[in-house]
This record gives sequence, structure tokens and C-alpha cells, in this order.
Amino acid sequence: MRCTRCGGHAVVELRRHNAAFCGDCFQGVFRNQVARAIDEYEMCTTEDRILVAVSGGKDSLALWDVLLASGYHADGLYLGLGIGEYSDRSHDRTVAFAADRGASLRTIDLAEEQGFDIPLAGRKGARSSCAVCGLSKRYLFNRAALEGGYDVIATGHNLDDEAATLLGNTLRWNVEYIARQAPVLPAADGFVRKVKPLHRLTELETAAYAFLRGIDYVVEECPLVAGNTQLRYKESMNAIESRSPGAKTQFFLGYLDRGMPVFQTARDEVTLTSCARCGQPTTGTYCAFCRARAQILGERLTPTPPADDPRELTRELSEEVLPEEIYGVPVDAR
Amino acid sequence: MKVVLRNPDREVDVAGDRLLREVLTELAIDPDTVLVIRSGELLTRHDRVGDADRLEVRPVISGGTS
Repeated sequence: MRCTRCGGHAVVELRRHNAAFCGDCFQGVFRNQVARAIDEYEMCTTEDRILVAVSGGKDSLALWDVLLASGYHADGLYLGLGIGEYSDRSHDRTVAFAADRGASLRTIDLAEEQGFDIPLAGRKGARSSCAVCGLSKRYLFNRAALEGGYDVIATGHNLDDEAATLLGNTLRWNVEYIARQAPVLPAADGFVRKVKPLHRLTELETAAYAFLRGIDYVVEECPLVAGNTQLRYKESMNAIESRSPGAKTQFFLGYLDRGMPVFQTARDEVTLTSCARCGQPTTGTYCAFCRARAQILGERLTPTPPADDPRELTRELSEEVLPEEIYGVPVDAR
Repeated sequence: MKVVLRNPDREVDVAGDRLLREVLTELAIDPDTVLVIRSGELLTRHDRVGDADRLEVRPVISGGTS
């Protein structure tokens, strides 16, 4: 099979584009797709300080690699989840990646900082371990970005991630959540801008890029993730894609082009206040993270809402359903 | 031919001297969901593989958060 661009020996076939590329040409295509995403949605500039959420996996390390190679000021933030040897290996890979490139990496240990890890959350909490993992990441990355004075948080969500999330929300017709799914979540009071520069690229492409760049990423899957809903949606999308190459791309990029403008008209405006425990923005008295944390640790949240909070305390404490976060995708792991 | 599969790690023996896509079909693996690596090089499903080859089939699907 020949490279569509140069005629050399192809090592990556992209059926959705009816094309194949040699290693060098593929890396160029990959970087062009990232640049196109950044430009199209004005995600960031070389003047911005970017905090990359890194996990040691292919997507986040490929993203960090592209941003650094493209001249962006990109530091990494790794969150230690306490998932045994899997977390240890993930951290080791991330540290090695940063050291090889002379990049700045900060590590936060969830257990040290918040008193629980993800396995404990899975055993004690009302939410799945994947849900608490995603919630913890969104919360702690945002807080770290605020404290560190960063302009942007960049995550490694790829086209498969986004298509699976959109599928899940569409199957439930979660119109509010569909309306919030976008490659850029703009900065708001208490929230740093979040961007997804890999949203035009599939998992196959990020894996191939990471391999071709010699990135030593963690291949093994998180031991807690087996059977989660996000995986099932991905498998469903892949079954469609195998018979109709390009279907996944049309589904998600078509949504961004033609669906998102329609759904965004359905967005409800919400009023944010500061969490009574941590000060992070929330729609309720306490943010979703603090409420999940309290449940996991068996702690009672201190019933001391701000003096100017007009809401009745008894009503807030009796709520069984946690208020959804303003940012974040409600389908399981995100 | 040896084929190393991941998650969990295991190794299977299959016949070589045919196109990679035929091997993947026999193993019921969608070629768009894996990287196939031989001696440090990526293969496409159109490449021919031999009896003496050792392949790594590396899944690309991840279900956790990034």
C-alpha cells in the first residue's frame, strides 16, 4: 500500500479518508488536524499558558507532544488516582515523557490531597469509580489551573471519545448535555477555558502518532473501566464505522457543524455561586465534588452556607440528587 | 506465526504467509481498533505476514478519562 501523499510505503491506513500514509506524512497530517482544530475554535495561542491534563495514555501524551512541538507553552498536570500498579506505571511514563522533553510536570495525589482514592470511591460512593474519577479530574484540574494562573486546560479527548459521549446523550436525549458538548468550553467565573485539540482525530490515529513519535505510553487499560457505558458506546460506533467508514466522523463533526448551533439555543442559563466548602463554582450550596467526597469519606458537610445565601439549609441538605456540574459530560466516565 | 494480544497479555499461534487482514479476520479483530506492530514497524491490513513473524496487536480503544 502506497502513501497517498508521497508514494512511499504506507504504515497507517485511514479508511475514513480513503487514504494511507507513510510515517512522516502521517505525522504531518496529524499535526495539521490539531492545528486546524485550534485555529477553527480559537482554542489557544502561543502566548497562552496551557495546562495539559496528562494520564500517561496515548491521547494526553500525544497532545502534549504536539503542543510542545508546535511551540506552545504547555505544562503537564498528572493526577495520581491510587489504582495500584496501573497508576504507578502511568505516573512513571508521564514523568519519563516530561524528563525527555524538559517539560514541566506537576503531580497531585488524590489520596494525599483529598483523603480518598478511586478504588475507595468505587467501594464507598454512590457513583461509579469512573464517574468519581472524571469528576475529580475536572475539579482538580480546574482548581490547579486557577491556582497556577493558566489560561487554558487542554485535554486529550479524541473523536471516538466525543462521538461516544454524543451517542450516549442522544440515546437519552439529554438536550442540556448535548448543548454543552463542544471543542471549547469558554472561561467563566471560576472556570478556566477547556479545549480539546484532538477532537478531529480518532483513537487509531492518536495511537499511531504516539507510536511513530516513540512515546512510551501505558497500553494497558485501567482495571476499573471494564464494561463501562462509554466503552459500550465506542464498540457500537466502531461496529457502524467498520461497515461505513467515515460514519463516526460525520456523526460528531456533523454535530459540531450543524447540530451544535441548534442545540445551543436550548441551553438554560444557570446562576453560579461559590461552594460553601471549597469556594469553587457550583449551582448549589456545595459543589458536586465536595458532596461526592463527603459521601465517600462518610463526612457530613458543615452546614454553614454563606451568610448571604438565601436558600434554606434544610432543603439543600435533603437533596438526594447532586446538582450537575456546569461543565462536564454526564455520561459515565467523562 | 506468533501473535501477542494485549489486555490481558497473551500469545496465540496462527498461520502466516497471508495478508494481515486475513489474520485479523480469523482473530475477529476490527483492523480500525488496533495497531499491528512487527519488529518495531506499523503494518496495514494489506501487508503480508510470514510464518516466522511475531506480531503485537495493540488495542487503541480506551474507556477511561483522558
